[in-house]
Amino acid sequence: MKAFGSGHGACPGCGLPIAVKNVLESVAPCFVVNSTGCLEIISSQYGKSAWGVPYIHSLFENAAAVAAGIEVALKALGRTDEGPIVVFAGDGATADIGIGMLSGMFDRRHNVLYVCLDNEAYQNTGNQQSGLTPTGCYTTTTPSGKMLPGKLGPKKDMVAIALAHKVPYVATASVAFPRDIRRKAKRALDFDGPKYLQIHSPCVTGWGIEGRQAIPIARLAVETGLYPILEYEYGKLVRVRKIKQRKPVEEYLKLQKRYRHLLKHPRGYEIMEELQRIADENAMKFGLDV
Amino acid sequence: MIRITLGAVSKPLESLKIKTGDWGAEYPVIDEEKCIGCGECEIFCPDLCIELVERPESKKEESKKAKKVAKINYNYCKGCGICEVVCPAEAIKMELKEIYKGELK
Amino acid sequence: MMRVVRGFYSVAYSVKLCKPNVICAYPITPQTEIVERLAEMYANGELENCEYVTAESEFGAASILVGASAAGARTFTATCSQGLILMSEVLWNAAGMRLPIVLVNTNRSLSAPLSIWNDHQDSMAMRDAGIIQVYVENNQEVHDMIPQAFKIAEDRRVMLPFMVCMDGYKLTHAYEPVDLLSQELVDSFLPPYDPPIKLTTKNPLTFGSYATPDYYMEFRVAMHNAMERARRVMEEVFREWAEVSGRDWGGHITNSQEAETYVIAMGSLVGLVRDVVEELRKDGKSVGLIKLRTFRPFPAKELRKALKDANKVIIFERSLSLGSEPPVTLDVKSAIQKMDVDVYSLVVGLGGRDVPREVVKRNIEDVLDGKTEPGLHFEAKQFEEVIV
Ligand SMILES: Cc1ncc(C[n+]2csc(CCOP(=O)(O)OP(=O)(O)O)c2C)c(N)n1
Ligand code: SF4
Ligand code: SF4
Ligand SMILES: [Mg+2]
Repeated sequence: MKAFGSGHGACPGCGLPIAVKNVLESVAPCFVVNSTGCLEIISSQYGKSAWGVPYIHSLFENAAAVAAGIEVALKALGRTDEGPIVVFAGDGATADIGIGMLSGMFDRRHNVLYVCLDNEAYQNTGNQQSGLTPTGCYTTTTPSGKMLPGKLGPKKDMVAIALAHKVPYVATASVAFPRDIRRKAKRALDFDGPKYLQIHSPCVTGWGIEGRQAIPIARLAVETGLYPILEYEYGKLVRVRKIKQRKPVEEYLKLQKRYRHLLKHPRGYEIMEELQRIADENAMKFGLDV
Repeated sequence: MIRITLGAVSKPLESLKIKTGDWGAEYPVIDEEKCIGCGECEIFCPDLCIELVERPESKKEESKKAKKVAKINYNYCKGCGICEVVCPAEAIKMELKEIYKGELK
Repeated sequence: MMRVVRGFYSVAYSVKLCKPNVICAYPITPQTEIVERLAEMYANGELENCEYVTAESEFGAASILVGASAAGARTFTATCSQGLILMSEVLWNAAGMRLPIVLVNTNRSLSAPLSIWNDHQDSMAMRDAGIIQVYVENNQEVHDMIPQAFKIAEDRRVMLPFMVCMDGYKLTHAYEPVDLLSQELVDSFLPPYDPPIKLTTKNPLTFGSYATPDYYMEFRVAMHNAMERARRVMEEVFREWAEVSGRDWGGHITNSQEAETYVIAMGSLVGLVRDVVEELRKDGKSVGLIKLRTFRPFPAKELRKALKDANKVIIFERSLSLGSEPPVTLDVKSAIQKMDVDVYSLVVGLGGRDVPREVVKRNIEDVLDGKTEPGLHFEAKQFEEVIV
């Protein structure tokens, strides 16, 4: 049986199914726990489930805890051989409303692969800002106007937060590189305890892009240094995706409606410089440039 | 009279009965001559509607490139165009569906 | 085995005998000692095939049990007050997913103002969640109720969470003689949990689907029907328990006396009200006690029967519904709406305020003597509210 099937309701060109099907390719048969959000809504309507693996959705903020519950139950019932437990949770579910329960799951060392599907806002409810919305980004709750140039403040560093919990395997990936997702999902299962994988995933409506552009744009996020592709094992950076010729962030920003206000806004230039600085810093810090 | 399940539990893969193939205005056409059977489109397609199949015996000769060829299940294809973009051999072209052709004048 | 134990031990020991697979909780006064005792049992290897999990919050604890219960485990938690309210989103969800989680609520008031002492506002706030609620009178009853709670919740005709409500401090910290159950008795009464469906890779089902307006209503009505079926299942289980344990706690309500005026009480207040009623009866007063054990499903039929020859009913409320009448009063009124019975709703003992014998007696006597009008009354001090 396929782990995830056609007929789901994602927008054409959505990155979420690309991330999900490639993770599952490496880990199914497994248990899937999903937070409320786009993935849940497109895949779990009553009588129209797109899932071919045991799947549970409980609430927006508790996927990490529900997964922990499955893990301990399987242990108590002597059924740990049934397969790994994977969480798919949005960036809002992960970095904002569910961060307490994620921290608890990390802290208790549950044997769970937690995948954060990072489309950089609350997309299911129509593109409101989350802790993983990047600086300067337009969302419906961080619109640009006289007072605001989009979101103020940085994107929350969930990788550092996971590492601070001594999570043995922490990695980022992008739907632009599905084979890398497959490898990382598989590699993650080599580790006992919690694993954190954050996958950058374009949202066609929220980002204001066309479906066909989703992959090139996701690739640009990596090639500008804005979305570094990292892999940590036991707290040590073991691998990064190197960039041959790092591109200026503007190339990435100008293709998306969510950043377009920066070209006109009085503070737009300043924000773009800030984003370039973030990209440069990433390149330095993680050694992205070849 | 309708039937409902305990706690709204659903059976697996019932989404397959939803044919999303009529969503898009465009659809991909694969030039089997050009297809190198690499599977990039399959790996990317968000709607899981591309499969690599054995190239028909008769055609294996003419295309010396690959044994496999991509095949699209139009029942589910939403016409996003991702396959066209990611194909390294430029073997996929999006085309406007017949029914949309008139309207676009 | 008769032992003098405190309420929390009587709970923990009974839970252990029920052989849960996953126990998960977060400490809150006055529930803490229950989970501490269970943690000790776990640490000492006394809980077989069981995982004890320390959650980072009550929200997490309830969520962990959602996952565990869906995976087919027998699950237990205990909480109260702020903890219960924090759990509420999860508990509504668990009920809708038809997960038979059993929890003990050590009833405590709600903030603000903060208070760690007992009343029933916390559990009453969960009234409409789809959780069975039973209130116990003493530590033997809570000890006996826990195996019954698992049996009822897990019955295929029911499949709903079950909340055993015991008064915080008044029971949890009270020393009382309790006849501790034997493992053999509980084993013979309570079969292992055999869920009709569960999360398993052998049969990959989707739990927690969302429902469009085409279906949502039927799922909620189905929960209501399950609550209705639970009435019968509970009666069966209560009777069976009386047989196997030799202790008959009665049905959804208990009342034995004939009277013109009835007093409805719940939880630990029942003992005191029973004494006062006895005393008044000795004085020739036509007054009787109704102990309300089950609050959800609400035993309307039983109450109608009990009150059929009555003309007054007094309800000692330990809760409020601000801007309306308290919850038990509303349900009683709805049950007896066509009967000619005056209803006296007396709110007592919020936030742990002691309810002394004289107060109970005076309140009942005033109703009997016609000094109290029907309606809502508060046993509170006279006060004036000023800004600061
Ligand atoms: C407690 C609670 N608050 C708010 C919501 C409304 N809500 C549902 S999904 C969602 C946003 C989801 O964002 P994210 O986790 O990033 O997932 P995405 O849809 O973007 O993939 C919100 C705000 C909710 N369901 N529950
Ligand atoms: S709104 Fe965005 S994230 Fe949600 S299904 Fe559509 S493209 Fe995907
Ligand atoms: S157009 Fe999109 S949905 Fe259709 S086959 Fe190509 S990638 Fe799949
Ligand atoms: Mg999101």
